[in-house]
Amino acid sequence: MRTLIIAEHDGQHLNEQVARAVTAAQQWQQPVDVLIAAAQPEALAAQAAALQGVSSVLVASDAALQHPTAEHLAEIIVPLAANYTVVLAAHSAFSKNVLPRVAALLDVNMLSDVLEIVNTNTYVRGIYAGNVLATVQSSDAVQVLTVRGSKFAAAAAGATAEVKTITAPAAPQGSRWVSEAFNKSERPALTAAKVVVSGGRALGSADAFAQVIAPLADKLHAAIGASRAAVDAGYAPNDLQVGQTGVVVAPELYIAVGISGAIQHAYGMKDSKVVVAINQDPEAQIFKIADYGLVADLFEVVPQLTAAL
Amino acid sequence: MKALVAIKRVVDYNIQVRVKADGSNVDIDGVKMGVNPFDENAIEEAIRLKEKGIVTEIVAVTIGAAVNQDILRHALAMGADRATLIETTDSLQPLDVAKVLKAVVEREQPSLILLGKQAIDDDAGQTGQMLAALLKLPQATYASQITIADNQATVVREIDGGTQTLSVTLPAVITADLRLNEPRYVKLPNLMMARKKPIETIALDSLNLALTNSVQQLKVAAPPERPAGIMVKDVNELLSKLRTHEGIIV
Repeated sequence: MRTLIIAEHDGQHLNEQVARAVTAAQQWQQPVDVLIAAAQPEALAAQAAALQGVSSVLVASDAALQHPTAEHLAEIIVPLAANYTVVLAAHSAFSKNVLPRVAALLDVNMLSDVLEIVNTNTYVRGIYAGNVLATVQSSDAVQVLTVRGSKFAAAAAGATAEVKTITAPAAPQGSRWVSEAFNKSERPALTAAKVVVSGGRALGSADAFAQVIAPLADKLHAAIGASRAAVDAGYAPNDLQVGQTGVVVAPELYIAVGISGAIQHAYGMKDSKVVVAINQDPEAQIFKIADYGLVADLFEVVPQLTAAL
Repeated sequence: MKALVAIKRVVDYNIQVRVKADGSNVDIDGVKMGVNPFDENAIEEAIRLKEKGIVTEIVAVTIGAAVNQDILRHALAMGADRATLIETTDSLQPLDVAKVLKAVVEREQPSLILLGKQAIDDDAGQTGQMLAALLKLPQATYASQITIADNQATVVREIDGGTQTLSVTLPAVITADLRLNEPRYVKLPNLMMARKKPIETIALDSLNLALTNSVQQLKVAAPPERPAGIMVKDVNELLSKLRTHEGIIV
């Protein structure tokens, strides 16, 4: 039997997490296919076919796939599942919208945000905001799961897998894409950045957030993150939120500025290789998970740090 | 139109749960419980739609033991009109929860089905999408804004890097993100009034559903702790530590 990866992309580029899903998929030791569902799939298919460890690339093309709905993708994926014992994707807003729908249509359960694949039907995943690691086993005939990308290395390019075209059913009625608005930023994506600088409520205002955090992030070519408290207070947009209710990051270096380090924030960043915490409160939880802690006034030391780089 | 809001009773979000000594499960005996935060956003949204004259009746539903009546009372005190408890002592997985909710939807025939985007205990985030699939209805997940007109819901969704707007034909399943609204506080008079509102109890067994229960939890463990770090006295010391740290370039 075979493993199917559902590829996320923006119409031109494969999401970098796809290569990580390909590595995770090798655990089943069976051929790995990648599904590209897109309006103009050629370049995307070539990118997927180049990933080492991919047996074949399945291409479903339809004008409506310019902005695919979960309903449409599920109708493409479900008929394919007869040939697969594993359907997986990297965990993201895209995949966690689509794959539960696929799983339910296959009458199987799904495992979300898997951290470790123990064997072909046993996994470790976080529950209670990552405070508990649960080892779970699924008896379903088709294993449907999303994997935490940062736990798996990216598969290298340089291969040339076969590309096959499949027929895409028409988009179902009832759900229609209207628009998208992306926060424009020259900075690297939060989930892909090597360095993340995050600000918390101690920044005190949106202006201060921008004036203190952005220059440091610029110097480090870093993505900017924020705690939920900072987002709730309106200092930063919601898509910068790191934590259980936001995105999970695992950069080489994570700098937490004025963040207390609540459970739900720690969930989103504790797999970072090196954590630096700057906070005026010596009792802040963040110091318990930081490699380097500095108890200081952030308005004083962050500009110093920026100037010293 | 009728709105159905499905809610879950979970450990309070401020509590850090512990693993039982034998690793069989988490220890939640005597721990403070409450409505899953995202589900509270779903209840609040239904109430706001009722205040706008769009929704006419709000039914809250949950699945679990008799003790789950407390979160239904909370939903009623917030402004739901009536509530249903599907009673069982079993702990159901998302697919089975979706199957039970499907039976409730078929009975109630709501135009709008609202849930939280994920429960903060199992962090699965699947039930809404699965319910939409089983009902063959459109889905709009991670909603931060819902506008209803002409039997269509226009939903702004939180996605990676920004937002997406979808238009779904009702009936549809919509899951709430935190940014959708700020749930109201329940005032004491409302809590008293909620006692007069009806809660119907239906035994899960009486629904005669073929449940799946295909995922078994083998063990639980506390995650490995990050090794204790060091405190530095100033920016210079921080930089010199980082510059000698393997693999870090600053």
